[in-house]
Amino acid sequence: MGIVSPLGLGLEHNWSRLIAGESGIGRIASFDPSDLPAHVAGEVPTGPTESGCLTLSDWVPVKDQKKMDRFIHLGLVAATEAVEDSGWKPESEEDRCRTGVMIGSGIGGLQTIYDASITVHEGRARRLSPFFIPSALINLVSGHVSIKYGFKGPNHSVVTACATGVHAIGDASRLIMLGDADVMVAGGAEAAVCPLGIAGFSSARALSTAFNDAPDKASRPWDRDRDGFVMGEGAGIVVLEEYEHAKARGAKIYGEIIGYGMSGDAYHITAPAEGHEGAYRAMQAAVRSAGISVSDIGYVNAHGTSTMADDLELQAVERLFGDAGRQLAMSSTKSAIGHLLGAAGAVEAIFSILAIRDNVAPPTLNLDNPSTESVIDRVAHEAQRRKIDIALSNSFGFGGTNASVIVRGV
Amino acid sequence: MSEIADKVKKIVVEHLGVEESKVTPEASFIDDLGADSLDTVELVMAFEEAFSVEIPEDAAEKIATVKDAIDYIEKQKAA
Repeated sequence: MGIVSPLGLGLEHNWSRLIAGESGIGRIASFDPSDLPAHVAGEVPTGPTESGCLTLSDWVPVKDQKKMDRFIHLGLVAATEAVEDSGWKPESEEDRCRTGVMIGSGIGGLQTIYDASITVHEGRARRLSPFFIPSALINLVSGHVSIKYGFKGPNHSVVTACATGVHAIGDASRLIMLGDADVMVAGGAEAAVCPLGIAGFSSARALSTAFNDAPDKASRPWDRDRDGFVMGEGAGIVVLEEYEHAKARGAKIYGEIIGYGMSGDAYHITAPAEGHEGAYRAMQAAVRSAGISVSDIGYVNAHGTSTMADDLELQAVERLFGDAGRQLAMSSTKSAIGHLLGAAGAVEAIFSILAIRDNVAPPTLNLDNPSTESVIDRVAHEAQRRKIDIALSNSFGFGGTNASVIVRGV
Repeated sequence: MSEIADKVKKIVVEHLGVEESKVTPEASFIDDLGADSLDTVELVMAFEEAFSVEIPEDAAEKIATVKDAIDYIEKQKAA
């Protein structure tokens, strides 16, 4: 598994900072946000690799960097960590053909499109880089990963806004179940912390603006003072493998994907339906496909974006779990890293697997005063040690798309 | 070496990320310097920009080596 996020670079570095209750959110540094309503975001810290920060040239050769938007850079960083961590190095042509890639993004190369638009607007269309299109296309993370490692199996990509990461992992696991591949590199990557991205989500009144002077307080899922999400950037990538295939080669196995459910709201382009009934149906379908009962689930990594929709998701989880909710821990790790849009579901599925590995529920930061009381423990402020055998991770996207994935330790 | 040759060399080094010593007049962008077809398109654009010349597509297709580029630009500049 591999992560690059506002908490830094690398799986264990991210996890230990998350569990310690640290925040990766700050004032936007990559450009001056003063003219925009929202001034805060979660940006990947730049610095020496050994300090858990990003030095891009350690991962992507300098001459190739300009051929890719930043979301591809970040996807390649996390994919490199994940593939190397998995120890899977297919030597034979057959093994390479049985290894595929499904990495998505919610938006893709937004800054690249912005820059290219200006070039054309200025009447310099003939000066547009030949790398503009392949730099911006969402499926090019999958393309670059396949080229780097020679993975010749299914090469696919997902675009379902903020549900992308879960859909990629869920769909890739289904491809393995269907026999299309033995190994799939799956996840999401996003880098939309740019003027156009911040301005666009601001116009939709989706971003927090009340905490511009206290950035680490801005992402506060379920808290009564929340006022919108905080955008984050990064990537989360997993290597999925057919169980017997992984066992036979003695692979390090973090966990097993046991359930996956999807639904559509058929309601509104950005707002969830009443009672988040689409979320309820996605979670229900995931539980059904896992063949478990809700009381088996010890931890839910909520979509919990720090918007009004948090309480609707809470209602849907309460409805699904019933009395079993009293034993449940549910947190939103977006409180620490912000909303990574198309990468969110993948990063959060990884956090869910690590929650099982270490029997720790990561905290919901800034949950000072819940706007709604609940029997469900939302792990306010501090991580909790508790027995977690099975975890569920939710992601919901604009367009009314919902996905839930269930993981179990091995 | 002419000023044009120096500048061409610098652009090639910068765009293809190769060592200066490899950028000999005979070096082929694709065979010797690791460029692909899109790299050569970008390279020609960079020449156009740097020398304020127009390199039409049929001429660009014939520019395969460092020397080809230098010769073409010198000819345009002399004209």
